[in-house]
Amino acid sequence: MKFPGVSKFWLLLALTTGAYALFLLAMLAAAATYSSPSDLLKALHSREIQHSIQLSLLTCSITAALSLLIAVPAGFLLARSHFPGKLWLEAVLDIPIVLPPMVIGLCLLIFFQTAAGRLIEKAVPLTYTVSGVVLAQLVIGAAFAIRTMRGTFDHISARPENVAMTLGASRARAVWLVTLPSARRGMFAAASVAWARSLGEFGPILVFAGATRMKTEVLPTTVWLELSVGNLEAAVAVSLLMVAFAMLVLVAVRKAGERV
Amino acid sequence: MIRFENISWRSPSFTIEGVNLDVPTGCYGILMGPTGCGKTTLAEILCGLRSPSTGRVFCGGIEISGLPPGRRGIGYVPQDGALFPTMSVQENLAFALRLQGLPKSERAKAVAPLAGQLGIAHLLQRMPEHLSGGERQRVALGRALAARPAALVLDEPLSALDETTRDALILLLQRLQKDLRLTVLHITHHKHEAASLAQRLFRFENGRLSESPLPQ
Repeated sequence: MKFPGVSKFWLLLALTTGAYALFLLAMLAAAATYSSPSDLLKALHSREIQHSIQLSLLTCSITAALSLLIAVPAGFLLARSHFPGKLWLEAVLDIPIVLPPMVIGLCLLIFFQTAAGRLIEKAVPLTYTVSGVVLAQLVIGAAFAIRTMRGTFDHISARPENVAMTLGASRARAVWLVTLPSARRGMFAAASVAWARSLGEFGPILVFAGATRMKTEVLPTTVWLELSVGNLEAAVAVSLLMVAFAMLVLVAVRKAGERV
Repeated sequence: MIRFENISWRSPSFTIEGVNLDVPTGCYGILMGPTGCGKTTLAEILCGLRSPSTGRVFCGGIEISGLPPGRRGIGYVPQDGALFPTMSVQENLAFALRLQGLPKSERAKAVAPLAGQLGIAHLLQRMPEHLSGGERQRVALGRALAARPAALVLDEPLSALDETTRDALILLLQRLQKDLRLTVLHITHHKHEAASLAQRLFRFENGRLSESPLPQ
């Protein structure tokens, strides 16, 4: 079969991408056969699952905002400055990306048993609390957001910022007035990556914040709780709900990002 | 007056050794040299964007070596104009006035004559992405002039332009320099630009600077 005007090169790229996308869709479709619209409605009417949805949306949004607060300065520092030990700092900031999520939860749990951790807990209780859910999500979400922001600042020329400084702005004001407005799409992308990562986070939340129904239960916890009692239909229904949420948010954020 | 006194700078790719340069007040100085010899570094040292290994810089008879970039009184126009991409032409022109705390309505009034002088009055509401190369350089020049600098540093401002646009901008620079009695250090590697604009000509090669006779 020949496609006029399409070279073999592009055809190969399209085939590879198409095959991968098809596999993902097939996987979701197979999971969907284990559920039905009535299972989905039943799940949506469950008080526990409603709480879990609300908590997931709330914690993911807080995590996305907090991730951005860390990622913007960290990304700018890594993109614009050279200092001894930068390579090591980059490696440290990437630890949450390479470490198994469960290990991150364990490290959090152990840290908050130390003297420093206990001192923090006195001010803000974190272990087995909703704040703990946010912290567990933040450790991983922020690492991805930092990577995105670093890439964004790498692609923004420092020249306009330098010109702003010659016109009377301090470095901080030049960044605020000139560089950050240019980085708004990257900031949108960083927040959405952190949000999406947080929605799927399970391991560190389970270990550090627990899986208490109506308290620290988020959507991935619900899937695990329903599976552990053999309620496969509800687990699949919640999983599909998560897919729908993630797709909706990612598409909405991308659409909004194009307009920003 | 712009003065470099015994400026040195070292980087892995090139070295600048004991550069001395004087551009008297109201004079148009041209600095020529091959690509990658350190011309832009010299401009950035003058603007306060880099610190030299040794030496001092002066503007208007005052030593500015220790001053932050915004207090040196140097207007800087880099090669690509480096316009602020999220601001309109008017906002770009009025940026220095905004930093000085001038209200928005007064800023618009203040930049209008300058925009007329530069031939960009019809572009004030446009965003930089919708400007041609020549228009961008006019706006960058206007943005630097709006701050009323004691001296201007132009880093290859015409190198990316076609011949017709370049000739038009050379005429504009000649006129502005004469009308405003500007002190200018213009970096270029185009002989035509140098021949049209130079009142003092400096050549920079192998990290050393020397003054050359003006081309006939």
